Parts: sequence; structure tokens; C-alpha cells
Amino acid sequence: MSAPPYARLYRPKVRLLWWLSRRSYTLFILREVSSIFVAWTVVYLLLLVQAVGRGQAEYQRFLDWSASPWLVALNVLSLAFVLLHAVTFVNLTPQAMVVKVRGRRIPGRLLAVQIYVTWLLVSAFLFWLVVG
Amino acid sequence: MAAEPKRTYEPFVWLMFSGGGVAAALVLPVLLFLFGVALPLGWISAPDYGHLLAVLGNPLTRLGLLGVCALALVHGAHRFRYTLHDGLQLQRFDGLIATVCYGGALAGAVAAAYLLLFAF
Repeated sequence: MSAPPYARLYRPKVRLLWWLSRRSYTLFILREVSSIFVAWTVVYLLLLVQAVGRGQAEYQRFLDWSASPWLVALNVLSLAFVLLHAVTFVNLTPQAMVVKVRGRRIPGRLLAVQIYVTWLLVSAFLFWLVVG
Repeated sequence: MAAEPKRTYEPFVWLMFSGGGVAAALVLPVLLFLFGVALPLGWISAPDYGHLLAVLGNPLTRLGLLGVCALALVHGAHRFRYTLHDGLQLQRFDGLIATVCYGGALAGAVAAAYLLLFAF
């Protein structure tokens, strides 16, 4: 498919590191990069599930492996990015979604607080489920 | 004006992106904190094998986990596609990038389904 004619007339050049010029741009790109760490977290959890499925010895091996310094460092970094994702996603939701109750719009801030409370409850439940 | 580009699948991907974003935000931080940081560093003693096996033995746990994993992977793939697209100015390769990103997410989701539904 060829580009429409107007698109060929003017194409501003954008530097590769355009997102370093402003703090908000940098934060935007960091938020986008969180996708890599979300994917890694899923892979890591699936490796845990696989280890548990294979038996006690394999689970123990996973625990030993998870304590390797480089892996802990990677997971601390991942946690920071996953938290960045979570906070930015919650804060974004009221802007992307209008929730009405009896014809009245719920204020964005209230909606965000409700999601944070949900997050807290889900986290507490999962914590309890894992640690018992 | 030129014909609209083909975009029939985009709303669907954005829907999955949002769903995956919510699932990832609610579920992943606490699990990564526990299994990636708190247990390895000995802040909390590791749950014993029998307990985890019982938790994962429940089909509801595995179905829930599968949903979270699959959606979060699609979310990640979609966002990573646009990270390359905008962050690294790779608009030219969008077709290839989209194929690799969504293909990777699909492969991951299939692997997760196999692991959680059949191999467990």
C-alpha cells in the first residue's frame, strides 16, 4: 500500500533518543518498557508452576535458582517496572473510562481509590493463598 | 482521500490490552514480590511443597492463572510493539514487529495453557 500523497510531503525527522529531552517523555518510555518486565514476570511464574508440577526436588531446585544474586537483581528491577505499570495503569483508568451510577458520573479520583482498594484486597488474598 | 488502512483487528487488541493491563496490575506485583524477592531473600519462609501443590491442584487457580498469563502476555506484546514503533522509530518494520510480538504472546499463551491444563 502506498502512502497517501500528503504523508510524503512533510516528514519531520525525529531523533532516536527524543524521549530523553523531557522528564514526562522519559517516564512515558519507561512505562512502555514495563511491557518487557510484565512478560518476564509471566515467564518466571510459569517456570515456578512447571517446577511445582514436576515434583518436590524440582521445586527445591527452583527455590535455589531463584536465590541467585543476578536473578534477585533482575526480579527487583522487574518489580519496580511492574509497580510502575500498575500505578500508571490505575491512574489512567479514570481518564479512559466513565463510570456512571444512577446517571451521575463517579469522580475520577474516587474511581482510582476504588481500584487501589481492589488491588490491595487482591494482593492480600494472593499473599494469604501463597503463604497461608 | 486514500482508503482507510485495514484496522479491523485493532479494537479487539486494545480490549485485550486493557484487560491484560488490569490483570497484570492487580495480580503480578504481589506474586513477583513473593517469589522473586521476599522468598529468595529469606524475608518470608518458602511455602512448603504440599501447600503449593494443593493450591495449584485446584482447577480454579490454574484457570485464573492461565487467564492472567495469557492476557498479560498480549498486553505486553501490544505495548512492546508500540515501544519499538515509537521509541526506536521503527515504523517501517511494523508488520514484522507486530507478527513477532503477537506471535510471541500467542506462543507463550499456548505454552501456559499446556503447562496449566495438561502437564500439571
